[in-house]
Amino acid sequence: MTAISAEAVQKDRRRLRVHEAAIGDRIYEILTTACALVVPALVIAIAIAIFAAAWPAFAKVGLSIVTSTDWDVRAGKFGAAPAIFGTLVSSVVALIIATPLAIGVAIFLSEFSPKWLRQPIGFLVDLLAAVPSVVYGLWGIFVLLPLLREQVMPFLRDTLHLGATPFFTGPAYGPSMLAAGIILAIMALPYISSVSREVLLAVPRSQREAALALGATRWEMIRDAVVPYAKSGIIGGIMLGLGRALGETMAVTMVIGNRLEISASLFSPGYTMASLIANQFGEATSDLHLSALMAVGAILFVITLIVNAVARWLVWQVSRGRVS
Amino acid sequence: MRALNVAALMMFAVACAKENGNQSATASSTPTSSSQSVDLTGAGATFPYPLYSKWFSDYANVTGVKINYQSIGSGGGIRQLSEETVDFGASDSPMSDEELAKAKGGPVLHIPTVLGADVITYNLPGVTTPLRFTPDAIAAIFMGRIKKWNDTRLASLNPGVALPNQDILVVHRSDGSGTTYIFTDYLTTAVPAWKTAVGKGKEVKWPVGLGAKGNEGVAGQVKQTPGALGYVELAYAKQNNLPVAAIRNKSGQFVVASVAAVTAAAAGAAKALPPDTDYRISIVDAPGADSYPISSFTWILAYQKQKDAVKGKKLVDFLNWALTDGEKQAGPLDYAPLPAEMASTVRDRLKTIDLTGTK
Repeated sequence: MTAISAEAVQKDRRRLRVHEAAIGDRIYEILTTACALVVPALVIAIAIAIFAAAWPAFAKVGLSIVTSTDWDVRAGKFGAAPAIFGTLVSSVVALIIATPLAIGVAIFLSEFSPKWLRQPIGFLVDLLAAVPSVVYGLWGIFVLLPLLREQVMPFLRDTLHLGATPFFTGPAYGPSMLAAGIILAIMALPYISSVSREVLLAVPRSQREAALALGATRWEMIRDAVVPYAKSGIIGGIMLGLGRALGETMAVTMVIGNRLEISASLFSPGYTMASLIANQFGEATSDLHLSALMAVGAILFVITLIVNAVARWLVWQVSRGRVS
Repeated sequence: MRALNVAALMMFAVACAKENGNQSATASSTPTSSSQSVDLTGAGATFPYPLYSKWFSDYANVTGVKINYQSIGSGGGIRQLSEETVDFGASDSPMSDEELAKAKGGPVLHIPTVLGADVITYNLPGVTTPLRFTPDAIAAIFMGRIKKWNDTRLASLNPGVALPNQDILVVHRSDGSGTTYIFTDYLTTAVPAWKTAVGKGKEVKWPVGLGAKGNEGVAGQVKQTPGALGYVELAYAKQNNLPVAAIRNKSGQFVVASVAAVTAAAAGAAKALPPDTDYRISIVDAPGADSYPISSFTWILAYQKQKDAVKGKKLVDFLNWALTDGEKQAGPLDYAPLPAEMASTVRDRLKTIDLTGTK
């Protein structure tokens, strides 16, 4: 009898625990669902607010805000083409510089690095993402720009004779599309390298062993077995870096030269959409000017959306093996 | 899991309790210390902010009236005043008729407080005497018509100075700013060609040059690049010991910017003011042998009819203090005080503010 009652008590206890856990689960479910709903709702609310504020400008200047190069607040002309161009070019330059570096770091850390070195190097690379952008901007002004003006630009233009191409011509002042690209490369690098490192480390051991068993060298193993396996993740990391580069404001504003002009030369100053908004919003008083800046924000929003969509599509394609 | 839940709940409860505690603490302390004090809020220009913040802290020490000021830029100050979200605004450029019409609280009074000025700074290693410029030369440089330092138009103004055969790198502000407004207002007034080609504004379509953010951005770019030239605020240039140019004023004298030369410009312009002026006046290119030509007032903006009688009284009292005791603090901070007669006429104008209130 005593045995039975003890058993019953235990059963009761178990039921109680299960019951409690179910309530906890329920609460967490509701909490996480709420979080999951709030974030998309925020994005939609932001989009609606931006487009509503941008509407007067779109209605007034129409598509010329995307196509025209004439941004003259006084005359009521708002053509943001140079800023759109600058945003895209500086981000692409950043990716061209950052991607090989970041993937190199990631491959070293996952394949070659001794265990004791992996942590400190990984930590230092990740630390790049924690530096405030205004600090990058100051570093840009005081270190990068003089270096570009006195060493790098003359070297590229005259010593390497790249001045013969349209991309490295003109006077070397320092503030330029190139400077913006380099700053953005440093800022995007930790995102790309950190994601790439994680996906490379997640490649199964068996994949590596199989390649080695087939007689592959280490380099062949990485090239043919490891990197293809991790490709979709690496592309995801690159797109994350691109997203960072597209939206960066402060550091770019400090080194790009803020000139609303489209020039093929990376030595020329340029402008980005984010810089345009940051520079002009504080002192914009006319309704049309404010609305035009909102419209630039809306265009940036759309471009970021497109980049993310393309990234999703690429990752999806790669993970299905359609792009080899 | 249960433990976690409980812990989270407890933290939440503690946080709530803390908040309540704070609230009750502040609620109980306010009535005793300052039951009559109505804090004022203001927003606007960044340029006079160092002086204004000293004013506000000194004024709080003297009278206990606390004034909260956000230096968000002149444009933001005008917007917030128009929306009546602040008790006063501050701006480096006068409100346009269109902006005045949009102000929800009725007519707006422009109250000049102090003066600022722009200087031309440059980086020419080896040149120690202040360079001399005429308005035409400045306009030509900023329009890209004078491209080299050894251009004859510059050389003839600066006999005896070895000007190098070097490109001039023009640096201007990239962000909208009162500094740019004063500079372009000056060139628009003094040089007809500039008026038609570029005009004036807080941001304009610059024919040449690089844009840098803030006075520090322009100064940094100029300091770093041999051959560069730009414009920055007088106070900023003085505090950072930048080389500044002498500029030919309307009377044909070359004047280096100083607090005294800026006040002289205001005095010259103030004499010509009609008694019913709304103080939305530009004093660039002012007459007078000692006047520095690239000068401007900065204004506090307040509604002519104050809706809240108590707050309105506080504001007027503060402005009266600012235009007497406050003016004395301007000089040491490199702002030019109003000429004495003008400060007194502005104080008379403060008496016209309607303090009957609507609530």
